[in-house]
Amino acid sequence: MAAASKIAVRGLKKSFGRKIVLDGIDLDVGERESLVVIGGSGSGKSVLVKCILGLIEPDGGSIAVGGREAIGIPSREREKLMQKFGMLFQGSALFDSLSVWENVAFGLIQGRGTERARAKEIALQKLGAVGLGPEVGELRPSELSGGMQKRVALARAIAAEPEIIIFDEPTTGLDPIMADVINDLIVKCVRELGATAISITHDMVSAHKIADRIAMIYKGRIIWAGRKEEIDRSGNPYVDQFIHGRAEGPIKMEVRAL
Amino acid sequence: MLDFLARVGRVFLSFLAAAGRLALFALRALSHCLRPPFYLRLVGRQMIDIGYYSLPVVGLTALFTGVVLALQTNTGFSRFSAEGAVATVVVLSVTRELGPVIASLMVAGRIGAAMAAEIGTMRVTDQIDALSTLSTNPFKYLVVPRLVAGTIAVPALVLVADIIGVFGGFLVATYKLGFNPAGYLGQTADYLRSDDVISGLIKAAVFGFIIALMGCYHGYHSRGGAEGVGTATTYAVVSASILILLFDSALTSVLF
Ligand SMILES: Nc1ncnc2c1ncn2[C@@H]1O[C@H](COP(=O)(O)OP(=O)(O)OP(=O)(O)O)[C@@H](O)[C@H]1O
Ligand SMILES: [Mg+2]
Repeated sequence: MAAASKIAVRGLKKSFGRKIVLDGIDLDVGERESLVVIGGSGSGKSVLVKCILGLIEPDGGSIAVGGREAIGIPSREREKLMQKFGMLFQGSALFDSLSVWENVAFGLIQGRGTERARAKEIALQKLGAVGLGPEVGELRPSELSGGMQKRVALARAIAAEPEIIIFDEPTTGLDPIMADVINDLIVKCVRELGATAISITHDMVSAHKIADRIAMIYKGRIIWAGRKEEIDRSGNPYVDQFIHGRAEGPIKMEVRAL
Repeated sequence: MLDFLARVGRVFLSFLAAAGRLALFALRALSHCLRPPFYLRLVGRQMIDIGYYSLPVVGLTALFTGVVLALQTNTGFSRFSAEGAVATVVVLSVTRELGPVIASLMVAGRIGAAMAAEIGTMRVTDQIDALSTLSTNPFKYLVVPRLVAGTIAVPALVLVADIIGVFGGFLVATYKLGFNPAGYLGQTADYLRSDDVISGLIKAAVFGFIIALMGCYHGYHSRGGAEGVGTATTYAVVSASILILLFDSALTSVLF
């Protein structure tokens, strides 16, 4: 596995003030593999992927992308490296000064210098793939529902057909049918476009559908990682509690009675 | 006593740290100004925002400034029968000082706040991070166009403000104070030198840069949701206004 790793994270640490969020994360994602990261709310999943993208500077550890260290590289190389990535942000992060199709085409026009008319064509096609018609392309992001925004953000993430795609909660806020459409789309990106995918989700149904492998993060570390077929017999009480969604178990939610 | 000194020291240190961060931000922005890609369309859009849409507000303030200036100077100067100097005082004050400062303060309120709010919202909703993941440098895309546009558009605006301000003085002098129109205009033109106007425009360029810099800096570093954006907006306007007045005295003593 280690030899063919597209992304190899070693001993990654990050704290905000006194709060330790990542406490030595080790994680491998193989070439053309779909990894799903699960873990409780606030466990540091979004911080982890932002570190991989270089948006947050980690306190320690290493991240290798395609065999080359990605932490601390000069900004010009970082920009070049970013061309390999597509990212769906948890909060969509659409540019509200641009129309929907311009959002989707942004990476093509600005990042790769694609001609506008051609980029629009591609953008409308990607919008179609997430179930949004061409008339939506002319609207502003603020005129869309939350679920529609999420799908536009997804279309934007995959528009330039990047090598590595990161999805931060792609199906949260979607109805079950649309969620399944999106799951299929992610699977298609990996199978047909040969992308490497890291997806974050709380939804075990979608995790089973998208994942080749699943990793669970708890208290700043990866406590279990393995093929998705193995997760039901992981023998790890934390994983068992999480995938069955039980309030009772080793993971204690810090809540007090009403 | 020691406690007090420690507190003063801490404030001083954090002030130095903030000044250093701001200087680094400005240097980084300037270095990006010189390297492609250049987003000329965005510069154009910002110029229209800063220059064109500020015209009504700046024009009105300039007009009233000229009017009041002519009235007050006349009151003062008539006490020693020096009314003949009113036109000169008006044109020199407006071009050298009041035009640049008042126009810039108005623009700081209008544009500095808008920049901080827009960039701040982009920061707290991850849009700036999204720019990076789409292979677009946020400095080049957001900060540089605003700095360039601010530095060019504010002097242009001030030139218009100068003309309107002098015109305001002319109006009140001829209609209310009984000056001879031709005589007033002659006085205005005779004593005005081109470096009076140019020194005002240099100031305006510096102020325009300051306004855009403070808007971008505070917006770029805002955090903590809507409240953070609100704070950033306030800081942008207040710090730009203070820096404008500070640099105004510094530049005036250099450019005399
Ligand atoms: N910029 C920041 N400043 C301070 N603390 C932060 C920052 N970003 C994240 N955190 C903290 O890091 C922890 C992990 O946040 P993160 O967003 O990664 O959680 P998550 O696993 O993605 O949760 P969710 O499933 O709810 O999205 C949280 O406790 C949060 O308070
Ligand atoms: Mg998250």
